[in-house]
Amino acid sequence: MMNLLKITRTKTESRFVQGLLIGVALFYLFLLLFLPIFLILVSALKKGFPMYVQALRDPETWVAIKLSLLVAIVAVPLNVIFGLFAAWAITKYAFRGKSLLLALIDLPLSISPVISGMIFVLLFGANGFLASFLAAHNIRVIFAVPGIILATLFVTFPYVAREVIPVMKAQGKDEEEAAMTLGANGFQIFTKVTLPNIRWGLFYGVVLCNARAMGEFGAVSVVSGHIRGVTTTLPLHVEILYNEYAFAAAFSVASLFIGLALFTLVLKHIVGFRLKREGLK
Amino acid sequence: MFKTLGLVLVMGFFGVSLSYAQSTILNVSYDPTREFYKDYNKLFQAHWKKVSGQTVNVRQSHGGSGKQGRSIIDGLEADVATLALGYDIDSLYDQRHLIPQNWQKRLPNNSSPYTSTIVFVVRKGNPKHVRDWDDLVRPGIVVITPNPKTSGGARWNYLAAWGYALKKWKSEPKAKVFVKALYKNIPVLDSGARGSTTTFSERKLGDVLVAWENEAYLLINELGSDKYEIVVPSISIVAEPPVTVVDKNVDKHNTRKVSEAYLTYLYSKEGQELAVKHYFRPQDKKIAAKYSGKFRSIKLFKIESLFGSWQKAQKTHFSDNGVFDQIYAK
Repeated sequence: MMNLLKITRTKTESRFVQGLLIGVALFYLFLLLFLPIFLILVSALKKGFPMYVQALRDPETWVAIKLSLLVAIVAVPLNVIFGLFAAWAITKYAFRGKSLLLALIDLPLSISPVISGMIFVLLFGANGFLASFLAAHNIRVIFAVPGIILATLFVTFPYVAREVIPVMKAQGKDEEEAAMTLGANGFQIFTKVTLPNIRWGLFYGVVLCNARAMGEFGAVSVVSGHIRGVTTTLPLHVEILYNEYAFAAAFSVASLFIGLALFTLVLKHIVGFRLKREGLK
Repeated sequence: MFKTLGLVLVMGFFGVSLSYAQSTILNVSYDPTREFYKDYNKLFQAHWKKVSGQTVNVRQSHGGSGKQGRSIIDGLEADVATLALGYDIDSLYDQRHLIPQNWQKRLPNNSSPYTSTIVFVVRKGNPKHVRDWDDLVRPGIVVITPNPKTSGGARWNYLAAWGYALKKWKSEPKAKVFVKALYKNIPVLDSGARGSTTTFSERKLGDVLVAWENEAYLLINELGSDKYEIVVPSISIVAEPPVTVVDKNVDKHNTRKVSEAYLTYLYSKEGQELAVKHYFRPQDKKIAAKYSGKFRSIKLFKIESLFGSWQKAQKTHFSDNGVFDQIYAK
């Protein structure tokens, strides 16, 4: 059916139209994707390669790199745990309010990151809901690393759950039920049956979650306090450098994100390919 | 469940590990002081080492003045606040009593160790012939200035324009018409002074940038006198960016002594000379005389003479449904 459709389509459209469509798509990609990436690299290397390396070796850049890594190292595993729990609950059990839970998981994707950050200021700020408790125990959340991690957790939590749920759903419950009748306990079922089935979906979710965790700007900007060399993640550091006329340095640091993006893209392709193959199996 | 547990652990860990050591202070400042305080921190570190033997580590945070004040109120634990105008520091008292009401009397010159004023930056050769405030309301002139709701510099800009109109026509309604016409020519309001500067220089938007004098000189020094020039209007406002110790925070961190020294050293010969180097106008008369050639002479008026006080100016012009809201509503 698909093939038939394809054949008739290519036949009804002239070569000219085909070429035009492809050309428009490529031009669009060039304008929105390749050109900006190219310009970032050009701007980063404007003052020469030694300056590029120097910008990356600046102590404040290092703090930003370390902080962004720390945020990802904490946020991604927590979201993996949450994502697995949520996916398991949604696909294996029938309960009231299931569709509500599904909708709630998507919530961080549908609200502006700035609002997400604001939520944490309202909760943990000095005039916030939990202010007296935090002050009494001398715990600092907002304008410190914990606030940055919380805000990142919030904006990234849908990614793993959303990727795992469809894969788990497609697999169904049969294999797990078979394992159970053969006497496997819950942990064995999870590690030997469920996990191998969902591993590529899970991996895909982790890759996306990580990219967003490292790159989040809006929510983190609201809760960071912008203390230089302390609460500035990589994206915030790029903004600071740009605002201080250190354009070459700003784009040098930004080029790290291109590296991350390309790495993510490659991983995404590998995983997508694997997923497809296993789907066909 | 696990997620909450993890959060609690993480929070506990960082909450403890990030507590300030005694010799670290945080200076929360506004946008165009970035370069000045970068240099000043080094100067003060050396000075403090000499007089006390201690090493002090000064951390910086910059942004629009109103926003920065808001962050301190929300819990950003600044030891010293060096903001763009008195009202933003007043709110530290109004909202949370972080400082005493009379904070501005604690240091000389209204607690403002340096002043600035508001000038124009135009593109090289001044192609649109901008000479004075009147030119900013001409149809077709595109003016760049930040948002008075969040930026301190923007409020000085607004009040300078208002003051010019008030002195010229001696009538509040006429001043309102003038400022309204001026804001008709502004296509975008950035949240801080630095945002407007990059809009003007990097995005190449606008014919005139209304800016702090020190920001104007910085722009020219950083990006070239072959691209921009400064135009001094016939009259402008004395912009006093005041400084204060944030009492509740320094007492909590046990940093009062070093924080107070950090601010008083701004008034020293070294501090004043550094301020001059970054194009802030010094308060010290001797130093002002020594560098009189560095600053263009402008007829200046103080905010008190036309608006009473910052409290009054803020209430009339920048509060919700104040004059700014009335004129900016389309």
